[in-house]
Amino acid sequence: MITVSINGAIRQFPDPLSVAALIGEMGLSGKRIALERNGEIVPRSAFAAQQLADGDRLEVVVAVGGG
Amino acid sequence: MNDKLIIAGKSYSSRLLVGTGKYKDFAETRAALDASGAEIVTVAIRRTNLGQNANEPNLLDAVPMSKFTYLPNTAGCYTADDAVRTLRLARELLDGHSLVKLEVLGDPQSLYPNVVETLAAAKTLVAEGFQVMVYTSDDPIIAKQLEDIGCVAIMPLASLIGSGMGILNPWNLQLIMERANMPVIVDAGVGTASDAAIAMELGCDGVLMNTAIAGAKDPVLMASAMKKATEAGREAFLAGRMPKKLYSASPSSPTAGIIGSVRS
Repeated sequence: MITVSINGAIRQFPDPLSVAALIGEMGLSGKRIALERNGEIVPRSAFAAQQLADGDRLEVVVAVGGG
Repeated sequence: MNDKLIIAGKSYSSRLLVGTGKYKDFAETRAALDASGAEIVTVAIRRTNLGQNANEPNLLDAVPMSKFTYLPNTAGCYTADDAVRTLRLARELLDGHSLVKLEVLGDPQSLYPNVVETLAAAKTLVAEGFQVMVYTSDDPIIAKQLEDIGCVAIMPLASLIGSGMGILNPWNLQLIMERANMPVIVDAGVGTASDAAIAMELGCDGVLMNTAIAGAKDPVLMASAMKKATEAGREAFLAGRMPKKLYSASPSSPTAGIIGSVRS
């Protein structure tokens, strides 16, 4: 069991998973998003290779209207 | 007229930059952008909604990056650190796009910029290769420091964000413009078309606004008004206005040949 924070919400997963698997789980595959893991950008090209670890803090962002 | 706004080596025909926030839907956003003629549009970077419908409409569909130059902002950031993180995410999100709008706010009531944090964030961002258009106060010394750091445009407020109070201190804007070797774009405070025209008549290189358009009763019509006002103000600046004087002994019509006058 690993526990991670995603956009400030706590989520638990029974097994370790990759960033790409998490994105799929969230229904965001193929969407234009950017992801920060523990304060560092994870490039889209590294989504498949990076494994999440217990205690990770993730921010997943999109572009929205703003001034 | 071949009069381009050049920012970081790229030239733009429109001197009106607009935000994409506060519209009732994306259709209205797009209609207003089209009416404004703006090429550069600001966008915000926000956490994606978790567990929501992944097929809900999104900004990128309504405002395609192929048609508009995105200017991701750091609205809502109160520290240099948050602003830098936000723009790193923006660069990743937008495929390496490096033209950004830096704003670091001082307090949530006034939304007045925190220039100390702004300077710190600008240093980091410039070092990381960002092209930084920077929102700041109308302090000419800070403006010069931001230029020296390597920002590509200085964007002083005309009055507070969302206030619609217009240009409160044209003299400070003039001090900034006299010293600047890069575009000066009035950002924030414009309320109506005449405010945009005044900014341009002063010699500003452009104006950036969001609420003045989105907060109008008819945003699309106001966007069109802002386009005309920005162009009119620019042309008036280039034309060079007549000097002001209290009165003139020089009427526009000939002083000779007035009927009933005595010929000498």
